[in-house]
Amino acid sequence: MKEIVVISGKGGTGKTSITASFAILADTEAIIADCDVDAADMHLLLQPDFAQYEDFYSGFKADIDQEICMKCGKCKQVCRFDAVRNDNNFYDIIPLNCEGCGYCKEVCPVNAITMIEQNVGKWYISKIKTDTFMVHAKLGVGADNSGKLVAKVKKEAKKLAQENSKDIILIDGSPGIGCPVVSSLSGADYVILITEPTLSGFHDMKRVFELIQNFNLHAGCIVNKYDVNNEISDKITDFCKKNKIDLISKLPYDEAFTKAMTTGKTIIEYEDSEIKDKLEKSWKKIMKLTDGH
Amino acid sequence: MKISIASGKGGTGKTTLATNLAYLISQTCPVVLTDLDVEEPNSKFFIKGNKISEKKVFKMIPEWDKDKCILCGNCQKVCQFNAVIKLWEEVLIFDKLCHSCYACSELCPKNALPMKSYDVGKITQFEYHDIHFVEGKLNVGEEQAVPLIAQTIDYVHKKFPHDMLLIFDSPPGTSCPVIEATKDADYIILVTEPTPFGLHDLTLAVEVMRELKKDFGIVINRYGIGNDDVITYCKNERIPLLGTIPNMKAAAEAYAKGELLSTAIPEIKTALNKIIQNLKVCEVL
Ligand code: SF4
Ligand code: SF4
Ligand code: SF4
Ligand code: SF4
Repeated sequence: MKEIVVISGKGGTGKTSITASFAILADTEAIIADCDVDAADMHLLLQPDFAQYEDFYSGFKADIDQEICMKCGKCKQVCRFDAVRNDNNFYDIIPLNCEGCGYCKEVCPVNAITMIEQNVGKWYISKIKTDTFMVHAKLGVGADNSGKLVAKVKKEAKKLAQENSKDIILIDGSPGIGCPVVSSLSGADYVILITEPTLSGFHDMKRVFELIQNFNLHAGCIVNKYDVNNEISDKITDFCKKNKIDLISKLPYDEAFTKAMTTGKTIIEYEDSEIKDKLEKSWKKIMKLTDGH
Repeated sequence: MKISIASGKGGTGKTTLATNLAYLISQTCPVVLTDLDVEEPNSKFFIKGNKISEKKVFKMIPEWDKDKCILCGNCQKVCQFNAVIKLWEEVLIFDKLCHSCYACSELCPKNALPMKSYDVGKITQFEYHDIHFVEGKLNVGEEQAVPLIAQTIDYVHKKFPHDMLLIFDSPPGTSCPVIEATKDADYIILVTEPTPFGLHDLTLAVEVMRELKKDFGIVINRYGIGNDDVITYCKNERIPLLGTIPNMKAAAEAYAKGELLSTAIPEIKTALNKIIQNLKVCEVL
């Protein structure tokens, strides 16, 4: 079984559209996981049925029982996050500021504070249009995207793959270079970096590559919209060569990508195009590069 | 006046809007542009300028003093983030997991965990024509953006007079970092694209703004590429549509090179000026 994670450093590079295209190409061979839980979009292209779901709890927030509180103010003194408010000698917690560190609970002399576990979202197992499964999630508004939900989605995808003897787990990774993407990468066999030939795109790619190196992972790169700036495209290609990143493909700027998305389809299902052809070749290449996993 | 520019997801044109608005407005009044997308700050590709100052940002983490410790294990017990672990004869600290709450340190019976500063990123200030530009940047591998965002905002408030126009380029998404970057703003501009992805992410961002009880308006970038669903959504939800920025391959090319679209492409300059007019009508500017 091989675990392939697609990441981009930053949003808007076509990561989700490309991953969904690969999901169609992988057909029934793969379990799909959408780890971009902060703004999960793959469902718009793969049409999951949202058949099974479960609430996800992570982290705590403090709560003061007013009946017990004797208004000593100790909690307010120790809170480093300005989360305890004192209104007319009435102490309560501002949930938005509370980090859930529990320090206030430790010092309250009368045990008036309880830590309440937070429902941060839901995760789903769905059947998708290729007749395989997808694991995905929806983070609650303003919830802490701590990477734990990402870890959960990955774990469930892995379990499903084992139960159903699937060869591939294809993961739409989280954006950025923080905690969620670290969770998306752990345990991966191969990482695909989607990048755009812009100054910022190249910069973000280098930053995310630094992160990948920490994990000692084998990576490949797809340059999307390479013809928007040939000079930077060449720099990206050189960077890949120097750092032993496989150059998987270079895709041209093509609005058909967006047009396909507007109809709820991946470009693979839309109309014959140069991109479709290139993506098919890319997927074959990725399968070859990951042989033996 | 504080305006935050946000979006449900990255790559919709937040940085384009923030940098260009700052540039156009700076021609009539001084502006402070702040890049709060600390994981991947990209405004600097468009606003180059001269560096005025740079400072490191620290967070406080505990440091174990082996000689004082009696291995009671209280620190491990109080830490909610598994950032301190007592392992046999040793206390281990995991810097990146620490939220700097001070509980372990102040509750240690032997004062064996004094807090020390630990470097997580930096704040750099630039000057570019009449724009003051401040960038917060997180070190690679650091997991917590929020403290750096808070300190960057703090820096801006201390450095600049309160009546100045402040534009914040916020991080993408709907979780803690965005909330930190928008919770004190007077007005928020949400940038989206006219596609199903754009609409979906926009609805999430709108939920957040409503939860925060913020005034906000919408700008559609790459207008013309997808469909009209975002416009219908704005109408149905009675959200002001502040303007649209046309979709052009030339814009993608100019963006790639780090050019300001308002100087490179006249049509886009016109579109941005309209947005500024609408912001005036909404009494934001
Ligand atoms: S749990 Fe921590 S952050 Fe929350 S109120 Fe108590 S001390 Fe403050
Ligand atoms: S520490 Fe406990 S008793 Fe004292 S004010 Fe806080 S909640 Fe009330
Ligand atoms: S609380 Fe203090 S004394 Fe106890 S194990 Fe931790 S560091 Fe050592
Ligand atoms: S300061 Fe708070 S978060 Fe950091 S190690 Fe100590 S108890 Fe844990």
